[in-house]
This record gives sequence, structure tokens and C-alpha cells, in this order.
Amino acid sequence: MEYDAVIIGAGMSGLAAGIRLAMFDKRVVVLERHYVWGGLNSFYQFKGRQLDVGLHAMTNYVPRGAKGKPLTRLLKQLRLRHEQLDLHEQSFSLISFPSAKLRFDNDFENLRGEVRRAFPREIDGFDALTREIVAFNELDLDAPQISAREVVRRHIRESLLEDMLFCPLMFYGSAREHDMDWDQFVVMFKSIYMEGFARPQAGVRHVLSLLTNRYRELGGELRLRAGVKRILTRENEAVGVELQSGEIIEADHVLSSAGLVETNKLVNGERGIGVPSMSGHRPEADATGKLSFTETISVLDAPPKTDATIIFFSNRDRFEYRCPDKLCDVDSGVICMPQNFKLPKPIDPLVRITNIANYAKWTALERGDGSSEVLIPSEWKVSGIRSQVSGNGKAIPETRYPIPDTSKTDTYTQAKQNFYEHSVAAVTPAHLPDFRSNVQLVDMFTPRTITHFTGHEGGAVYGSPRKSRTGETGIKGLTIMGTDQGFLGIIGAALSGISMANRWVLKESTASEPIA
Amino acid sequence: MNDAEIKQAIIDIISDIAPDEDTSNLKPDVRLREQMDLDSMDFLDIVMELRKRYGVNVPDTDYMQLATLDSCVNYLRGKLVSKTAKV
Ligand SMILES: Cc1cc2nc3c(=O)[nH]c(=O)nc-3n(C[C@H](O)[C@H](O)[C@H](O)COP(=O)(O)OP(=O)(O)OC[C@H]3O[C@@H](n4cnc5c(N)ncnc54)[C@H](O)[C@@H]3O)c2cc1C
Repeated sequence: MEYDAVIIGAGMSGLAAGIRLAMFDKRVVVLERHYVWGGLNSFYQFKGRQLDVGLHAMTNYVPRGAKGKPLTRLLKQLRLRHEQLDLHEQSFSLISFPSAKLRFDNDFENLRGEVRRAFPREIDGFDALTREIVAFNELDLDAPQISAREVVRRHIRESLLEDMLFCPLMFYGSAREHDMDWDQFVVMFKSIYMEGFARPQAGVRHVLSLLTNRYRELGGELRLRAGVKRILTRENEAVGVELQSGEIIEADHVLSSAGLVETNKLVNGERGIGVPSMSGHRPEADATGKLSFTETISVLDAPPKTDATIIFFSNRDRFEYRCPDKLCDVDSGVICMPQNFKLPKPIDPLVRITNIANYAKWTALERGDGSSEVLIPSEWKVSGIRSQVSGNGKAIPETRYPIPDTSKTDTYTQAKQNFYEHSVAAVTPAHLPDFRSNVQLVDMFTPRTITHFTGHEGGAVYGSPRKSRTGETGIKGLTIMGTDQGFLGIIGAALSGISMANRWVLKESTASEPIA
Repeated sequence: MNDAEIKQAIIDIISDIAPDEDTSNLKPDVRLREQMDLDSMDFLDIVMELRKRYGVNVPDTDYMQLATLDSCVNYLRGKLVSKTAKV
């Protein structure tokens, strides 16, 4: 055998798994199809600016020394010191709905106080829900799948509070429309409300260079532009991979972060989809995730007048987390202002807005010719839309932009332009003081971009609603890790890579190999 | 290796695994888990490091023997040969 293990994908899970295997002298290679590492959380340069693909916040923030938490577990497994991550906490975040706002930060008591203030009759239910969450062991990979909505409704009666609590958790990690699996809800509740948000001064680049440096130091091999075309099996056992170039790499183990449906196709060809030979999980009609997103990044010359770090908003009191009928749903989303972390050095002010998007509609648009750049509308500069005072959050501004008729939007570029303008209009000033006159530069990506760069089908950032919690695929030696093992986000995906490498490669070798 | 060296070898491994922990004042007769944030994943690392550094294999059934520094020393006495000595 050429390698003990081949890892598909140099995202957070692939790099973390690679570190674990290289640390114990396994012959390991990480194969990445793109020309840069990072996957869904990578980085790029745009008009001279260094931008992050995804990073809003690292979840799971706990201070150094907090015991038994995902972040501390991750640090130990990768043998990093807390301070090496260079994490700086959020100021606070908001859940902003038409009829109520809840503020939270990295101290859970403050969220509890907000619930008591805004929903006094629900506080006992909220406390009971919290106790049930604390008592639940989300690391039990064999726990039955149950609906989080059902559990939450046993404790919370007001649908507004229920939806407000779900909103950030869904945006940051639900592959399922409208509902979440209870175990996933618990993971997200702890990582966002009970632990918290932070970011390194230098953003995701910092995390990625820590990981890639450690991996290389340990002798791990990383190959870019090395897309896997096929996973090779013999008698239902993985024996290696074939690259796009035709090169064959033999290995005892294949760990894939490409996604469940995608990995299935790498084994079984196009037919793979819908005929999951990969066993052990209840089949779902369509395993491809339905939730994709657009994200717009506005680089500003002056920050909007708010200290909030992240705002999870909905312009409807009933929060709709589902694939929209139109290109995007601009009436709910996430607004992130990275400059509002407590950073030691100032950074360029940005407003990032994430909206749920319809993959099929975006991919059906004509590419058009030329650039697909988003322009800053000239009236933003001249019409004196000067920073207004923030609304009280009660009402949506009456002069709402009309939602565009997407059938008339004929090219991809025009659609991007349209939706950029609408997504900005839909958040100001109800959730954020108007910042339009301060925009210097705009970039935007769509579901199409996500699939192009990461290979995730349907632009599904959170993967398939079907997860392989143990990583098993029904094929010996082939393991799913990352998003479709059920742990996502930067910390979650990295922990997934670690635990799958431990469980399926390292443990096996301590158990079976004789001493050298 | 003598007992003091074995103890130091274990402390070195723990300091590498958990760089945020203070390992300078560990009590030899108190369970390591009670003195530090170590979970089963970390014990797997201790076992793998013992194998990597000293060629000693600790089967699953003997993990309990690694509960305290004293019990580590007892269990590993005679088993640890330092890499330099081996060469
Ligand atoms: C816009 C956006 C914002 C986000 N914001 C945050 C945030 O603020 N905080 C946070 O914690 N998380 C955030 N996330 C989520 C986080 O990025 C992901 O959950 C995490 O990075 C997933 O890591 P992964 O290793 O599972 O998968 P991926 O990152 O998708 O890695 C898979 C890798 O495999 C490669 N690959 C696929 N197929 C092949 C093949 N056939 N051959 C070779 N290579 C292949 C892909 O190119 C990719 O690099 C965000 C994601 C997006 C898209």
C-alpha cells in the first residue's frame, strides 16, 4: 500500500484529520481539487483586499482552561495552545424580529435575562429547556433522531420566542428545512448561546495557516489541484482513489469530506444518487441538501453606527427557514460586522449579509458575457441616503423596494446586482443604520459559486439532511467526515475530522498492530 | 529508566498533549483526570505517544493502570526503554 490514508478535501475536517494521522506517523495525503485549501471556509483576494469566503465567527468560544468543551478538546487533539488561535470575543449579537429583539453575548446569563425581559411568561420554560439541553449527550452518535421543534414546544409556548431561538441556530448549521434534528439543535445551542462567538484578528487565514503549518511540520502531504474522480473499491472495501488526471493512489483508508451524496457518486458513479448503497441510515427521498445561500460583502469607508457583531434577522415574526421560491429570500438573514469583535487592531469595516437562496434558480440563469461584478448603484452615492438613525425595530420601512420579478432578470450578473440592492434595502434601517452611502466595494457569491469551488451539490453549505453520524458508509475503509458526519462550522468540522481519524484509523491500529 | 525518569516521561507527554495545562505541580497519587481536563481521547493519545516514543503497547484493558502518576510508574516500570538507549 502506498498510503495508510487518503483524505479527500483540504477543508477544516480534512486538515484536522490529516494532522492527527501525521502526528502518529501514518503515511497520509490530503487531496484537494481546488488550488487553495480551506473548502467552505477559505480566503481570496479581491481588488487588493484580503477577504474571507465564509467566516462570520468561530462558534464554541470558551476561555482558556474551560473544561470538557469542544474548543479545548480541539486544541488538545491538535496540540495547540489557546492563545495560538488569537481569538477575540464578540461585543454582542442580536436576534431581530419585527415584534421583538433579543441580545446575546458570550455570557449565557445575559440571554436568559433578555428572555425574561421580553417573554416574562416563558422564563420557566426556557430554564427547563436549558436543563434538558445541558443534560443531553450530543456526542452519543447512536442517539435516535427526533424533531427539535417538538422538544422545544414542550417548554416554550410562544411561537415568536421559539422562532427567535431557532433562527441563529438554523442559519449557522441546519441542513434541514424548518426543523432541526434535536442532537444538532443541542450542538448549536451550546456552541452559540452557551459558549459563544470569537474571531482571530486575521480571520480564517490565521486558522488555516495554523492547521496547514502543523500538518506539514508533522510530515503530512498536501496536494492541490488534485481532484478525486473515483474511489476505488474491491469487494466492498476501499483500496484507494483515482484522480482526475488518471493517477491512481492506493491506500488502506479513504476519509472523505466531499459530502455524503458526493462521496456516494465517487464510489458508484452518477447512478449513485438515489440508490444509496451506503447503508445504515433511513433513506430520504432526496438526500441533497436544499439550503443554499448568497452572501454579499460590502466594504465600507466608515462603519455603520452599531456595536453589534452579528444580527440574525427576520422581517416576519414567523421565521421561514426553507428554500425560497424566488432566487433569494431577502426578508431573513444574517448580518455580520467583523470590525465589531473586540479586536486589538482595527480592520476594514465590512457588512456581510447572508440570505437563503434557491440553487436551481441561480444555476438556471444565463451566464451572460463579461464580468459578473456587482456595481455600487450611483444613486447611493449622490442621493444623500446619509446614515439614518436606526429604527426601533418595530416596523419595516414603508418605502420597501419592490421585490424584483425574477423571470425578467435575464442574466446571472443582473440577478446578482438586483439581489444585492434588495438585500441591503431589506435590512436598513430596521436592523441596521443605513450604510449605503459608505460602500466602497462589493463582492457577492451565490449557490453557483459554492458548488463551483467546493463541489457541494445543490450549493448545500450544510450538506445533506441525512447524516452519517458514525462516519460509516457500508464500505469498509471508507469514512465520511465533516459536514455530512453531522458536525459543522469551523470547530465542528475540525472535531469531526479528528474523531473520525481517531475512531477509524488510529484506534484500529492501536488495537490490532503488534508492537514494532 | 528509573521511576523518576518514567514519571517525567509521562509528564512530558501530558504537557505535549495539553499545552494549556500546568503540569508542574501534579500530585502523584491523585487521579490525573481530577487534576486536569483529560478525557478518553486524551488517554488514547497518552497510549499512542508511549508506543511512538518508547515502543510500549498498552492494551485497552490496561488503560485503568494509567489513572495516577504513581500507577503509571508502577505499570510501566521495566517496560520503558528510552529511544536514545535503544539506538
Ligand atoms: C458563506 C459561509 C459562511 C460560513 N460562515 C461560518 C462561520 O462564520 N463560522 C463557522 O464556524 N462556519 C462557517 N461556515 C461553515 C463552515 O465553513 C463549514 O461548516 C466547514 O468549513 C465545513 O468543513 P468541511 O471540512 O466539512 O467541508 P468543506 O470545507 O466543504 O471541505 C471539503 C473540501 O473537499 C474538496 N473536495 C470536494 N470534492 C472533492 C474531490 N472529488 N476531490 C478532491 N477534493 C474535493 C472541496 O474542494 C473542499 O475543499 C460558513 C460557510 C459558508 C459557505
